[in-house]
Amino acid sequence: MVETVKQAAASAQGAPYLRIANVVKKFGDTTAVDGVDLDIRKNEIFALLGSSGCGKSTLLRMLAGMERPTSGKIILDGEDITALAPYDRPINMMFQSYALFPHMSVADNIAFGLKQDKMPKGEIDARVAEMLDLVQMRKYANRKPFQLSGGQQQRVALARSLAKRPKLLLLDEPLGALDKKLRQQTQLELVNTLEQVGVTCIMVTHDQEEAMTMATRIGIMSEGQLLQLGSPAEIYDYPNCRFTAEFIGDTNMFSGPVVVDEPDSVEIDSPELGSRIHIDHGITGPKGMQVWASIRPEDVHLDVVPQPAGPNVARGEVHDIAYLGSFSVYHVKLASGKVVKSMVAANHWYENSITPPTWGDTVYVSWRPDMPVVLTR
Amino acid sequence: MHNKLSPFLKGVLVVGFLFLYIPIVSLIVYSFNESKLVTVWGGFSTKWYVSLFNNEQIMSAVKLSIQIALASALAAVALGTIAGFVLARFKRFPGSTLFAGMMTAPMVMPEVITGLSMLLLFISLQQLIGVPSERGFITIWIGHTTLCMAYVAVVVRSRLLEIDQSLEDAAMDLGARPLKIFFVITLPLVSQAIASGFLLSMTLSLDDLVTTAFLSGPGSTTLPQVIFSKVRLGLNPEINALASITVLVVGVVVLLANYLMLNAQRNRDKAIAAAMRESGAHS
Repeated sequence: MVETVKQAAASAQGAPYLRIANVVKKFGDTTAVDGVDLDIRKNEIFALLGSSGCGKSTLLRMLAGMERPTSGKIILDGEDITALAPYDRPINMMFQSYALFPHMSVADNIAFGLKQDKMPKGEIDARVAEMLDLVQMRKYANRKPFQLSGGQQQRVALARSLAKRPKLLLLDEPLGALDKKLRQQTQLELVNTLEQVGVTCIMVTHDQEEAMTMATRIGIMSEGQLLQLGSPAEIYDYPNCRFTAEFIGDTNMFSGPVVVDEPDSVEIDSPELGSRIHIDHGITGPKGMQVWASIRPEDVHLDVVPQPAGPNVARGEVHDIAYLGSFSVYHVKLASGKVVKSMVAANHWYENSITPPTWGDTVYVSWRPDMPVVLTR
Repeated sequence: MHNKLSPFLKGVLVVGFLFLYIPIVSLIVYSFNESKLVTVWGGFSTKWYVSLFNNEQIMSAVKLSIQIALASALAAVALGTIAGFVLARFKRFPGSTLFAGMMTAPMVMPEVITGLSMLLLFISLQQLIGVPSERGFITIWIGHTTLCMAYVAVVVRSRLLEIDQSLEDAAMDLGARPLKIFFVITLPLVSQAIASGFLLSMTLSLDDLVTTAFLSGPGSTTLPQVIFSKVRLGLNPEINALASITVLVVGVVVLLANYLMLNAQRNRDKAIAAAMRESGAHS
């Protein structure tokens, strides 16, 4: 496991700007972060994605210096910062709650970090003005945080964490405190600002949409370990384990032994499907090995006319339909009781002049042999 | 929810308020009584107020009580804030449970015990090192501070637990050192708790009788002691006058504080509403 992650890290182009080397954090008997190796390139927006309690926040707090690793090293721009106190690190963080100082004005909040560096007053004023312009909050400079809306508070928090021109910016659930509509609008705005400033950035989130929209690379974390690293497309199209496949997007998972193992194709016997899954590429693994096949709902075809029996085809009945406007998700119950999800575009039915199937109708699900992703763990 | 109270509930409410306030009202009314007898109305007069201000014993007791209250409240706020901070923010250290227990002990300890043990301590200290040379201002001050700081610690601690700890983390992240964070971030955020701790301490100190009785000396008699000794000798309309003034002062202070707080809250609400309107107009 660790090997694959290392390989992925090594294949990243460019010299690492931040290196997290075998970092472990234990709280008593529980291991929150279990040997994470991670290289971050300069000016990259990297997202650590995982469900709550997976260790991503602990890793972030170790980068900020709020927690000290039990073992391992953190090296930023050639400097070992593992033992450096938070106030001595060239790293700033935007907190989930924004943590704006309620008794200070917007301008004073932004100036706070600069004052700690004993910057001359003229320079502080100039920098604060620059930051206010960056986040378009100039006319709110004298407001107190409680006089701002959630979105405005987020922009002030961003300005404050960028004011010291940190080498590394940490974002803890950056938009978690905003409501959904505002969040989508703010995601791209935030990315634009970060790219405009050109800052290396690590964000932590449990929201896969947020990570996919904002990050150039994503790391999937579970139980303190980094499971997979890659661009949003790589992670979605080529998950390397069941956790990633199920955590990112929606998927249909079938398990079974490999029954045919040719160099250019394999077949998996799936009792749940009631037939075999044929895949048109080879896998590394012995015959008889228990594997999983993951097929995305958008790759599952739904037909109302009978299909010839064979691999990658199954008959079932419509169990549920989730109508989502531009597309619908059909839940098809197979003979084994297994429910397969199929995503069908709204215009599919009328463009082909087919009456859409409804509850209880017999339908056929199928997929192309290049669609399933074979997972061994 | 019922908006209207039933006649029974109204009756209970009226009886409750009468029970609470009739004694105070009668006290104020009788402070203007001409007669020396407290229970017999002899016509309107302000003579007890005049004689109250001419009574040097009472006036010096008032002065001493206020001095002790201010000094105790100041010391209690300083020590209690630090203790509250330790209770709320420090990770568990060896003896932290003991510390928390000992911090709040003066609140639940019978005052007779606190007073007596302090008296014994001061007497043996005097015999051993000669300090404190006599019982008076200093000993009462120490006694009241001990009692009051427990209350301040509890108030400050609960306020600190309410405050988002990421505010302090953010200050540290932005380059402030722990001591600076305490003064620039933490202290302003708990200032209201400290102010209410100060007022609470003053009130506690002003009407403390038991501990004071153990710790006061011949030359130092506080106001509650004077009142208590006078009442024992028979009710005196001067005391009524004194009590009426106290009620007036306390009433005005409470009303003023309420008014200021309400005003601040109203301005805050207005500002928030304005911010919401603006952001709504933008999006």
